[in-house]
Parts: sequence; C-alpha cells; structure tokens
Amino acid sequence: MSEEHPSSVKSRARAAGTALVLLVAALPVWASLGGDASSVQTDQVHMQGTRQTTTTQSYTVSEIRAATGTVVREYASSTGTVFAIAWHGPWPPDMHQLLGSYFEQYVQAAKAQSAARMGRRPLMIEQPGLVVQSGGHPRAFSGKAYVPEMLPQGVRAEDLR
Amino acid sequence: MKELRKLLIFTVTVGLACALSVACGGGSHSGTQNTIVTSGTNVAPVSVNLGPAASDGFPSVNAAFVSVTVCVPGTSNCKTIDNVLVDTGSSGLRILSSEFSLPLPQQNASDGNPVYECFPFVSGYTWGPVQTADVEIAGEKASSTTIEVIGTSITPPTGCLNFGLPPSNNVDSLRANGILGIGLAAQDCGPGCPTSIYYECPASGSCQGISESLAQQLQNPVTLFATDNNGVIIELPAVPAAGEASVSGSLVFGIGTQSNNGLSGAKVYTADGSGNFTTTLNGTPYSQSFIDSGSNGFFFPSTITQCPRSSNEPGFYCPASTQKLSATNQGANSVSGTVSFSVADAATLFANPNDSAFSDLGGTFSGAFDWGLPFFYGQNVFVAIEGASTPGGPGPYWAY
Repeated sequence: MSEEHPSSVKSRARAAGTALVLLVAALPVWASLGGDASSVQTDQVHMQGTRQTTTTQSYTVSEIRAATGTVVREYASSTGTVFAIAWHGPWPPDMHQLLGSYFEQYVQAAKAQSAARMGRRPLMIEQPGLVVQSGGHPRAFSGKAYVPEMLPQGVRAEDLR
Repeated sequence: MKELRKLLIFTVTVGLACALSVACGGGSHSGTQNTIVTSGTNVAPVSVNLGPAASDGFPSVNAAFVSVTVCVPGTSNCKTIDNVLVDTGSSGLRILSSEFSLPLPQQNASDGNPVYECFPFVSGYTWGPVQTADVEIAGEKASSTTIEVIGTSITPPTGCLNFGLPPSNNVDSLRANGILGIGLAAQDCGPGCPTSIYYECPASGSCQGISESLAQQLQNPVTLFATDNNGVIIELPAVPAAGEASVSGSLVFGIGTQSNNGLSGAKVYTADGSGNFTTTLNGTPYSQSFIDSGSNGFFFPSTITQCPRSSNEPGFYCPASTQKLSATNQGANSVSGTVSFSVADAATLFANPNDSAFSDLGGTFSGAFDWGLPFFYGQNVFVAIEGASTPGGPGPYWAY
C-alpha cells in the first residue's frame, strides 16, 4: 500500500496554476476506463481527491476520495490498463471523466433502458464490451463499470466494488 | 362538500377492494391486515395506477401517486397537480413546468442570477429553476418553500450532463407529473452539497455550479408543516399475487402526533447517515440497502433467471415458477427482523396491460437491496425524518 500526497498536487496547482491547467488539458483527460493507469492521476486531479493504491497479484486498485465525498476505485491490470471502476457516495461521479471513450455507449444504453418498461429502478447495462451497474438513491449512490473482455484471469465481477 | 364526497368514495373503494380480494391485508409480509386511515387533516389519498399516459404506451408500474397543491406564496393563486409520485427515496417537491402556470418567485443567487437544479436519480435526472411556493397536501401546508420546476429551455450544464443520465424532464420520461420527495433527509442535497447539483444561470453565458446552503436547498416539505412534521406513514393494502389494476391507500403525515398516526407496535429500524441499513440475504450482508417507495420492485442480487435482454422488461426477474425468499433487515440500532417476499415472472405479470400494482415484482441489482413499492403493500411503513423527534426515538428511521 502506498500513500500519494494530494497536498503536493494541490500546492503545485496553486504554485503553478496556469501551467498545471495547460498540462492537464494536454493529457488524455477522458481516458479512464480502457485507458492506461496514468489516467488515474488525471482523475484524482479532476476530482480534487486524495488517492491510495493497493496492489494484488492480478491488479492495482487506486482509491480516490473526491472532494464531494464520493469514493472512486479504479482497477488497473498488471499491464497498466484500467479495466474497471467502482464508486459509492452521496452523488454519482462524473461519468464522462471516468468512462472516457465508453461514455457515449453508456449514455445511449441508459437512455434505451429508461425507454423500456422500467420506471425508477437501478440501471443495469450489460452489453458486449461494457457493463454498468448503478443504483442507490439521492445521498447514497453506488455502482461499477467494467469491460468484461478486459477482466484479468481469475477476477470476478463481484470482486469489483 | 366535494372533498367529503371524494373521501367517502375513497373509503368505500378501499373497503370494497378488501372485500373482493382474498389477499387483502394478508400480503407477503406479516400475515395480519394493516389498518388504513382514511380521514383526518393529515391524510392524503394515494393511488397506485397506470399513471399519466406516456407516448410509448407503457403504463407506470408500482408507482404511488398523490395530489399536491402549489400556490404563489401567501395568495390563493393555486393549482392542484395530480399524479405526483410519492417518493420516500428523495426529499423535496419537483413538478413539471407543463402542469401549471403560476408566477412563482424565482430563487436567485447572491449575484442576482437565477438558481437552477440538476437532480440525479438513479435512472434519470431532473433539471429546472428553483422557485418558491406554498405547498399544500391534505390539510397540511409548507409555506414559502423551494421547489424545482422541471423542464426549461435553458440547456443543462456540462456538470449535469456528465452524470450520463437520461433527462426526466417531461411526462414521457418522468412517467409522473412530479415527484414528492418525503424521505429520511430534511433537505434534498445536504451539507457540503457539491457544485454539480445547483447552478446559477446568467441571462447570457453558461450556468455555473454553486454551493447551495442547506437553507436554500429544496426542503422535505413535511419538515415545514406547522404540525405532523416529523415524518410520514405510507399505508397501502395488500396486492394479490397476480397483480391488480389499481390500489388505493393513504399518505399520513406525522408519527405519533395525532390519534391516527401512532407507531402501534411497528419496529423501528434506524438508518445510517447515508439513509441505508443492512439487509442480509442468503448469509450475505448488504450494508447499503434501503426502503424506497419510488423504486418499482424488489431489486437485489440473485441468481434468479432474468427476463431476456431483448424483452420489454430486461433486468427484471422472470423465474419459471414464483420464488419465495426470505431476508433479514437490520437497523443501525441493531433491531432486526425477517422479511418474506416472493418474486414472480415479470413477463407474465406485465401480460395484463391494465394492471399497475404487483406485489411480487423483482429485478437485479448488485451490492445492495432496494426495497421498492411492493414492500409497502399490506403493511404500514413509517419514515421518520433525520433529527426529528418521534415516540420511536429520533429519525432517521423506518418502522414497519
């Protein structure tokens, strides 16, 4: 387990505000799910959060505690690809930031689900290449998103939380 | 007089429904008949029905509706809006702009720009201006409270769109004329409300997220009633296994504040700071579980067969035979109790397009148990607001 130092990020941000903004803009900002692990730090900055990483045999989990109280966990494989994201907190996270190139697929699937005989109920999206499960209620949302094809061998969807 | 007649008809209807239904009061829960209060200044009739017509032809399923009157503050310039969803999973009143036309005062930010709200629910978001109104339900009144008027020509800001949720900004997508949030929370957003919920929108330029104070946020309207302001009871009769066309019941305000709203032996399950408690199913505890009249089924993790993805009910359970299950709820106060319930084939239930109420409708969910409206059939469920004093101790809690 290793501790990052968000205060150093913040102080750097304060010290070189403009420079950092330019740097962040130049990074692949929308590249979390399916992106490489370096996008985790981009997310941390975006969420003004603190980060803690845990490494297991088959993946690394980076837990970001956002300023809004929402906790996001990003799962990266040993080759450095973010294959899953899980969250819980009072409000849903910035899904555009976290899903990256998968965001549009999520938006379309969520829209399609609300068009069927659904009413108010959890979102359960299961498509080739993207699974999103999201539920809860205002003040307590939770969910996860993953790319089934990218799950490292031996990792079960239930383990992602 | 007209009100009295409505009340009489309502009482007779409930009685008749009970007389005709073998399962009346039996339910899947306790086996004893629940008493439904139908008179009192703190009692509003509730109806589970097909809801407002949506253009896709799908009716509402397990949605409880109430009528709410909205007035220009301090005046008799009012409009009564029917088909407002009774939602114990959120707090605050939200009404579609298409359902009324009243000159309600707009809430403005400190710099004078109008305040808008983007409120995320699980399956959609509402977006619209925050305005001030007197809100009347039954004989209760919340004076000069803020409501969200859903539906506006102002484009939702990026922070709102980034939730990735579909808009619930008209009857077709909301499947109701509004949402009456009467949940555990006293305000809709709470302390430390993030800047992705409330916005100020200048006449030109884009909306900017703001940190809305507790006092400025949408309030749970019940907290502003002069009396009966510590919580609510939802009282609905049992629904037979095959489903029912419609169901009549009551929304009762106050807990132990009148002769008609006592706890009378209901067990108190306190909620944690997030509005959750623990449900244990097959030995697995789910600590982020909750009771929510705004969810339309029992949603929980299970290996029960799901309806086909290509069907009209993907994500609901479609078991070959009705599954009988048992789970244990435990409050933060360690009080626990067993709940027995059933899950039937959703496709069979939905085959009758005239039915709107189903006691054994379930669907998939991961990581928690969402006790939706079927949980309320056949048992009175008390919802005590956070910080409120009640004969069962302070809220937040559920009791049943």
